[in-house]
Amino acid sequence: MMAGSIQTFSFKQLLRRAFGGAWTPQWRDPEPQAGYDVVIVGAGGHGLATAYYLAAEFGIRNVAVLDKGWLGGGNTGRNTTIIRSNYLWDESAAIYEHALKLWETLSQTLNYNVMYSPRGVMMLAHSVHDTQVFKRHVHANRLQGIDNEWLTPTQAQAFCPPLYIGSDARYPVMGAALQRRGGIARHDAVAWGYARAASALGVDIIQNCEVIGIDRDADGAVTGVQTTRGPIAASRVGVVAAGHTSVLMNMAGLRMPLESFPLQALVSEPIKPAMPCVVMSNTVHAYISQSDKGELVIGAGTDVYPSYSQAGGLHIAEHTLDAICELFPTFRRLRMLRNWGGIVDTTPDRSPIIGLTPVPGLFVNCGWGTGGFKATPGSGHVFAATIATGIPHPIAEPFSLDRFRTGRLIDEAAAAAVSH
Amino acid sequence: MLLIPCPWCGPRPENEFHHAGQAHIARPEDPAAVDDATWAEYLYLRTNPKGAHAERWRHSHGCGRFFNSVRDTVTDRIASTTRPNA
Repeated sequence: MMAGSIQTFSFKQLLRRAFGGAWTPQWRDPEPQAGYDVVIVGAGGHGLATAYYLAAEFGIRNVAVLDKGWLGGGNTGRNTTIIRSNYLWDESAAIYEHALKLWETLSQTLNYNVMYSPRGVMMLAHSVHDTQVFKRHVHANRLQGIDNEWLTPTQAQAFCPPLYIGSDARYPVMGAALQRRGGIARHDAVAWGYARAASALGVDIIQNCEVIGIDRDADGAVTGVQTTRGPIAASRVGVVAAGHTSVLMNMAGLRMPLESFPLQALVSEPIKPAMPCVVMSNTVHAYISQSDKGELVIGAGTDVYPSYSQAGGLHIAEHTLDAICELFPTFRRLRMLRNWGGIVDTTPDRSPIIGLTPVPGLFVNCGWGTGGFKATPGSGHVFAATIATGIPHPIAEPFSLDRFRTGRLIDEAAAAAVSH
Repeated sequence: MLLIPCPWCGPRPENEFHHAGQAHIARPEDPAAVDDATWAEYLYLRTNPKGAHAERWRHSHGCGRFFNSVRDTVTDRIASTTRPNA
């Protein structure tokens, strides 16, 4: 398939294929060129989205996206796909809401069904502290123009019938904050949709190509990368490598305010539709929704120690299942089918880092920690703008690496108390 | 769950311990004398290596003491644990 000649998906195409004619591959599988205008390291959702917006909005099409494995095989393919924008601080709300607005039309934009389903994300409060914090969020979000509403326990159960709200629970539900526009999307489709659209615009997606060095000139500026498939020249390199960001930035002599932890998720055997929404409980560590295949998709916590092992401790998953069984007694007898881990890069203030670095030509988009999937379109968009212009996009600007020196932290850690 | 050899108590399950971050990070002697970049480095910058990692643990549900360990962050295998200043 030539760049630009993308096969569109439509009812007409579907009818035509019903009578013969094969679908063509959704993206090209090119050999790496000697050089590009921009090299993106990491073909997850954020990296592919960055490449797509560079090509589609900023006219930079001579772009390569490199990945040491296959595209979407890291945290993009491992997360629990929760999408919401009801964060406390204005800076956070701005970027997550920017993403949420892009989610709403993403399937049309990419001509690829990412199965965005705004079924509502409900965050449970189990204590006086939770109640006060979530109400504060509701009020802050109202000022930011973001939907978020407070529900009583009875209203919460009406919205999510399998939820147990009895007062004899170990941590009774005292109320909930509901963002109705929040929901889930199909994680693989997000990576595939961006890959397909970027490839059609001329972006080379090069898989099984691990970056093993970052080249710099006498002034320290980036001149390219060394890879397992040979050197690739580029004067602008964007690192979007999640848990492996520290390893890559170290190749350019930079230490990062990051630590990498395994974060686990698991799915149950498939059942008929039982969970109408997403339910999160930061206090008892339970994150649950139901996929369109019928599996309950459950998010657990991170291990306490940094690791690159992509497998967390069993007791972490058990802790979450204890909470799920307490909140949803109907699910107690379900068997779990699979569990796995992904490596998440966490920052001291639990907010991402997007923008320039002390190394000229080297850009970074990292630190999304336990909640990056929801930001994929917005993150890619503002990072593309930053790379294209060399100036941080206004929404990305507060998330600079320099904030750890100036002290202007965006402290969602204190705001949410735990991972989000 | 890791089995962590406490240098005082011997091997104990991970949930008896509290992870206390990267080891050997010294607080600047005179915080008022250092510039913002040095202070930020002390507070926030971490090596976060893929491989051998020097870290601290506290045996909170045991002897309560701090110690250092070297653990491989790919295999999670603990190569050694040592008493502080040992």
